Amino acid sequence: MKLLDLIVKDAIDPNLEATTRDEAIGLLIDKLIDAKVLDKAQRDDFIKAIIKRERRGSTGFGHGVAVPHVKHPEIETLTAAVGVCKDGIDFNALDGQPVHSIFLIISPEQKPEEHLEAMEAVFSHLSQETFRSFLLQANTIEEVMTLLEEADSSTLGS
Amino acid sequence: MSNTDSAIVTISNRLGLHARPAMMLAEAAMRYESDVTLQRLDQEKAVDAKSIMQLMMLAAVCGTELKVEAHGSDAAESVAAIQELVKNSFNEDSLDG
Repeated sequence: MKLLDLIVKDAIDPNLEATTRDEAIGLLIDKLIDAKVLDKAQRDDFIKAIIKRERRGSTGFGHGVAVPHVKHPEIETLTAAVGVCKDGIDFNALDGQPVHSIFLIISPEQKPEEHLEAMEAVFSHLSQETFRSFLLQANTIEEVMTLLEEADSSTLGS
Repeated sequence: MSNTDSAIVTISNRLGLHARPAMMLAEAAMRYESDVTLQRLDQEKAVDAKSIMQLMMLAAVCGTELKVEAHGSDAAESVAAIQELVKNSFNEDSLDG
């Protein structure tokens, strides 16, 4: 799976104006609603489910990265939003460091293998220091898109 | 006095090795001094079992076979601990999420 297969262009925010985890999650869900990927009526359900999941264990796995997510029965197509917060947010990360890059993933509950493929796509790049630092330096959606395209084409089908 | 131990395990929970099981596995591996790696039997690359990020890169679905390998003074114990977690489906399947 490629990053551009899951990340919705209109749901990329290179300058996410959030100061808390819950605020960041809300803003990214709103992006997916504005992009017509999610239904506005489901807004609170999704936010609540994602925060509940975070409370069971932070998805801030270290290196300034978090992947808040939910698997939902009403979702048929996996999608993701990306927010970059230059100042960093307390995500209760495992290494105690602030989070700068947030990949919020919404997966169909009935397709757990798709969720795992998306996670693989995301972490195969987020685990690389260069990708993380380029993402932090991107100031526009176009710059983020270029980075994602380059990342996708460098994976050589893995 | 360095030992090596290994075992083949099969992921058996419906949701596969997603974030929470990956975290449980990394936490288990970190309790041991040994270096512990996991490798899909259908792939060449072994990943560090103490890194959640690397574990997520396995994309191990239900049914995926993995080789657990450990090198170090407590190699056998670390492999046994991971075998136990996988065998017990990470205590999932009754509380999917």
